Amino acid sequence: MAKSAEMQKFKGTPGQIRRQRIERTGAIVISLVLAAWILVNLLKSPQQVAQVAVLGLRNGLLYALIALGYTLVYGIIELINFAHGDLFMLSAIFSSYFITVWFKQDESNPAGWLTFISALFAVMAFGAVINVLIERLAYRRLRNAPRLAPLITAVGMSFLLNFIGLKWNGSTPRQWPSVIPNNDIYIGEVRINMTTILLLLVGVPLLLALNFIVTNTKSGKAMRATAQDKQAAALMGINVNKTIAFTFAIGGAMAGAAGLLYQQSIGTTNYNLGFQLGLIAFTSAVLGGIGNLWGAVVGALLIGLVQGLNDGLPIAFGQQWSQTVVFAILITILVFKPAGLLGKVTTEKV
Amino acid sequence: MSTALVKPQNVTRSNRKWIIGYSIAGAFLYFVYQFLLNWEGLPLGIYDAINRWMPPAAVNESLVYVIMALGLNIVVGYAGLLDLGYVAFWAIGGYCAGWFMSEFFYFLKIHFFGAVPAEAPGIHINFWLVLIIGGFVCAFFGALIGAPTLRLKSDYLALVTLGFGEIIPQIFFNGENFFGFNISNGTKGIVQVDPIPVGFKDLGPFDFGWKLLIFLFLAAVMVFISLRLRRGRLGRAWLAIREDELAASMMGVPLMRTKLLSYAVGAFAGGLGGVAFATHVNGVYAERFNFAISIFLLAMVVLGGMGNVWGVILGAFVLSWVNGNGLSAFGALYNERFGTEIDFASFTFLLFGLVLILMMLFRREGLLPESRLKLVLHEGDIDEREASGKKAR
Repeated sequence: MAKSAEMQKFKGTPGQIRRQRIERTGAIVISLVLAAWILVNLLKSPQQVAQVAVLGLRNGLLYALIALGYTLVYGIIELINFAHGDLFMLSAIFSSYFITVWFKQDESNPAGWLTFISALFAVMAFGAVINVLIERLAYRRLRNAPRLAPLITAVGMSFLLNFIGLKWNGSTPRQWPSVIPNNDIYIGEVRINMTTILLLLVGVPLLLALNFIVTNTKSGKAMRATAQDKQAAALMGINVNKTIAFTFAIGGAMAGAAGLLYQQSIGTTNYNLGFQLGLIAFTSAVLGGIGNLWGAVVGALLIGLVQGLNDGLPIAFGQQWSQTVVFAILITILVFKPAGLLGKVTTEKV
Repeated sequence: MSTALVKPQNVTRSNRKWIIGYSIAGAFLYFVYQFLLNWEGLPLGIYDAINRWMPPAAVNESLVYVIMALGLNIVVGYAGLLDLGYVAFWAIGGYCAGWFMSEFFYFLKIHFFGAVPAEAPGIHINFWLVLIIGGFVCAFFGALIGAPTLRLKSDYLALVTLGFGEIIPQIFFNGENFFGFNISNGTKGIVQVDPIPVGFKDLGPFDFGWKLLIFLFLAAVMVFISLRLRRGRLGRAWLAIREDELAASMMGVPLMRTKLLSYAVGAFAGGLGGVAFATHVNGVYAERFNFAISIFLLAMVVLGGMGNVWGVILGAFVLSWVNGNGLSAFGALYNERFGTEIDFASFTFLLFGLVLILMMLFRREGLLPESRLKLVLHEGDIDEREASGKKAR
């Protein structure tokens, strides 16, 4: 009996305990600093805080859609798909061509909305197809290669997609008309644009659908099994290649939807859009715990919020330091809690 | 006969023969650019061809890339750690030159064997000293960046370096008002750095021939360092980590220290390259330090052959020439001949992306492979072939 009581008290090796202590202290310090910062701003201009928080959360939802692609792919083949952000960029350009050039819709009327809905399906298919193609042509051949090889290939793929974007969109940012109504709704003093509501209307169901696919369907089960152990999954009769392709397809579709929503709500496309947003989205995935779907969403909302607050508040670093703030978060998280906020701690397998 | 007693050849063999070949190639380049190009009797056709396809500035720039690619090779090729933010070291090295070799700090007046008149304002330290300062500052930052991150798995490490590669240039980009201080002159950049004193002459921005010699010397120093380190204890520890981290640590290789040293040495080369580049373009410009540069350098290392010094030099020469001069010169020729108006310079993205992808898919070991790495990189293929029951090749 005494032995089992001792076992219960065992909380890890001294090293683990020290690490936990460092993590906990770090987390408390960071949350205190964040809280103090928001409080100071809240005292100064509460209305502005609410306003930029809404904007930040809107961006956060966009990041979540992109981050899911990273987290799905990383969860299943442990690859940082650097090309994913550029896939999002291509999707944004595709949807602007789809709506404005091919279907010639440039104002908010029923025809425009109909085009928007068909564009949603088209761009999701587009993203899925491109992502599956990339996996088929490049990553699949490298599945047994050392880790460095697929990673470098992904960076190369990112450059390749960048080039396609450059040729398609031109080297300068392009403005596009939006088919979403452009009026505002006021809740108290806080202005909420229709685009934000539309983002919620499209983004949240997509996230729920994804969650349903992964947790409740047979292919989702196959995905989870493959993520756990590819060989065992193959022995159980799961077609591993197909499952991985399916994962890429879902991730690509999410990035496609994000591209459309970004293009319609922000209104500009640029060939190097994917790099920055992709990195921010990846940071969100890491923040939430890579491989964890809801972690990616929570991380993305948090990053969006922090970035929005930093860009818009009177007492903050300001927009020109936006990237630095995001990457500082990334580095802090990776150093103190590589498993992320919601991720499970995994020990290195030998 | 016991084979264990026979020392492996590549350890005992004197490995200094390269100096002869390198000197001959360097002397040839120097002769062409210092004397041939300035010779009155040179046929105009040859003069034009050289200036069109391989102008002096392009050669010098290629050499700067060689210096930095050799540094990155130590991190990526030797130690097997992916560094996607190497441009940060270039930037730090560049700003070292900007700070210590210009009139940027106009309110100070510090001279130390500088190449400018004693009454000039600013900090003016001798170029050779600044090289060493820049190298060590970068090595310090390399260790600083590496220290908290090297515990991470390799792909996280790539990401953290990428993050630093974004943060540091952004600090310089916004550096006009860095908490109230002007540390980098922001987007305007620091224009005009001091000439290089070489005893009998001060080399300004247009002394291409002499500067070629200096850059050749710096590249040779990096080759020497790379080759010597690789054969030494540290280099073998790097290779061991690259091939199997766990096995290396079991054999008593101190992982953290070894990895940190690879970062520091790689960063040192970045500092040398940064200072050299600042003197090459006669200034430091914040917007030049972007992510694409990190990838260009990576592509050079990958194309030439990770881990092989000569391969990396080849890769750096080819790609920096293509990127800086070759593609636009070819484009001009093509457009002239066929009456088209294709913007060839915009194809660099395609080119570098394809280099990375195709090399990884079909020739992971690079153009001039290192035999040892080749085996490591194709380990998986053999397993796969065996598993699928195909005959071994």
